[in-house]
Amino acid sequence: MPLLSYLLRRLVGFVAVMIGISIITFGLSHLVPADPAVVALGDHAKDEQIEAFREKYGLNKPVPEQYWIYVTNLLRGDLGISLRTRRPVADDLRNFFPATFELSLTALILSILIGIPAGVLSATARNRLPDHVVRILSLIGGSVPIFWLGLILIGFFYGRLGWLPGGARIDSFIPPPPEVTGLFTVDSLLAGDYTAFWSSVHHLFLPALALGYFSTAIISRMMRSSMLEVLNQQYVLAARAKGLRQRHVVWGHAARNALIPTVTTIGVTFGSLLSGAVLTETIFSWPGLGRYATHSATSLDFPAVMGVTLLAALVYTLANLIVDLGYQWLDPRIRHG
Amino acid sequence: MVETLATPARPRPAWRRSPLTVIGLVLIIILAFIALLAPLIAPADPLKQVLSTRLDPPSTAHWLGTDQLGRDVLSRMIYGARISLLIGGVVVGLAASVGTFVGLVAGYAGGWLDEGLMRLTDVFFAFPALILAMAISGALGPSLTNAMIAIAVVSWPVYARLVRAQVLSLREREYVEAARGLGASAERIVWQHILPNTLAPLLVQASFDMGGAILSAAGLSFIGFGTQPPTAEWGVMISEGRNYIATHSWLSLFPGLAILLTVAAFNLIGDGLRDALDPRLRGTG
Repeated sequence: MPLLSYLLRRLVGFVAVMIGISIITFGLSHLVPADPAVVALGDHAKDEQIEAFREKYGLNKPVPEQYWIYVTNLLRGDLGISLRTRRPVADDLRNFFPATFELSLTALILSILIGIPAGVLSATARNRLPDHVVRILSLIGGSVPIFWLGLILIGFFYGRLGWLPGGARIDSFIPPPPEVTGLFTVDSLLAGDYTAFWSSVHHLFLPALALGYFSTAIISRMMRSSMLEVLNQQYVLAARAKGLRQRHVVWGHAARNALIPTVTTIGVTFGSLLSGAVLTETIFSWPGLGRYATHSATSLDFPAVMGVTLLAALVYTLANLIVDLGYQWLDPRIRHG
Repeated sequence: MVETLATPARPRPAWRRSPLTVIGLVLIIILAFIALLAPLIAPADPLKQVLSTRLDPPSTAHWLGTDQLGRDVLSRMIYGARISLLIGGVVVGLAASVGTFVGLVAGYAGGWLDEGLMRLTDVFFAFPALILAMAISGALGPSLTNAMIAIAVVSWPVYARLVRAQVLSLREREYVEAARGLGASAERIVWQHILPNTLAPLLVQASFDMGGAILSAAGLSFIGFGTQPPTAEWGVMISEGRNYIATHSWLSLFPGLAILLTVAAFNLIGDGLRDALDPRLRGTG
């Protein structure tokens, strides 16, 4: 079974990458010049407290053993205690993850919904006005600093026009919906609370737009170039020769095949969405992992920063695994290959 | 020679075929001059505070206005160009050198060394760049140098993959086999025959990465992990203007535009180089 062996191979690769990631984060936590026990417990900690901390995290043991303790703690879900919030890092990540997930997912959906049709339009109208407009907008999207774009959007839509909120996940006077998924839009719909739903959609719009612009640009560029390649192929010419309508040729025949390389791009842009979330959340006071990471890093809360780094790498690797599996569905040559 | 026959005739010079690339190139040349001549052309000291002229809007005295400490925004932007170009150059130089070395070793040696090095690039690819850069910057302490190291650490794997792929295809070529047959050492083959032929795709990647590095560094500075105030750096300037965005938008507007234009210029150059090197892609990017 080629599919099964493929899955197995990918799984082994995934585990290997995760081990590599843990080595790097472990190494980074050892780069910090200060004594982690003193940093964690503060300057006024008693000697026996410091000793107990070192014992718990194995800081007095040889490095390979320390790594082993680190990994076994990770596998048990113990990412240490945040020095800033004084809560287990794993709990903090669980609390902050839904906000980031909701924002990144909305940005990703927006960029797919805009990027793919824009790329198709650009390719079918090659060298005409719509093509030029899409290409210029993509160039800007690939070059604009995301945090600056966020600021400008806030300054204009919130500061000048007052149309959209400039931060937070929901209006302060509206109680957040009861937590089911942690995604405010979904939870408010589940609770039938439409006021909360519209408020959270309003709050999502600007940050998702700022965050999603870069990936929209990348997706539309990729879609354009793969459409241009596909549109010249024999089977598309054959479809045209059969007298099929332009719309049918473009969407039914060409776009589906042009999507295959674009899907890889979508997987890769997911990483940029996670990176971008750090900046976007900082600008929009969005209570997610990105803002948590920035605040933690500025207060030298290293367990928290490492927790976010690990989780981001895990999510990114998983996203790319899902994308690769998406090929199976899109491209029969791979499915049966 | 098949390649010779397939080479299309070139009716127009490169600059006519690709005006956007030329625009990108001109922008970067102008920027390089601005950076180089900063002390001569900046109208004021970028660090000099004049509290009596705080937050002045753009005027004939201060073309781009003044900031919250009365510093001349234009002068700070001119000096900021130096830092941005320095960051781009150092990061890309570091990342490309390390990546090329790893790629050459992996591609030419093959076997377990290749496998191991490529798995290492997989691991680095798994980290979202800015988050890893932030973690590294946090561990080393926030500064311009550490930000550059951090961005280089997350940027080298792409060069390693690129060079390795080139080496794998080049090492089977007849001229390499001929050199091997003549008794050339592995080192000589790699340096004299393989490396020069990997430079073209490297150059394309480097021009895209110049823009990427400038963006990442500005992002790191914005959240406090890169260049530290009061240094005149574009990311720092945007960050400092953040609280004035609704009332004194020029503080953030101009440095942001400068980043946008610089990165776009490098991207245009990258597009142009890629098209020039691979005519099949012409106009598809």
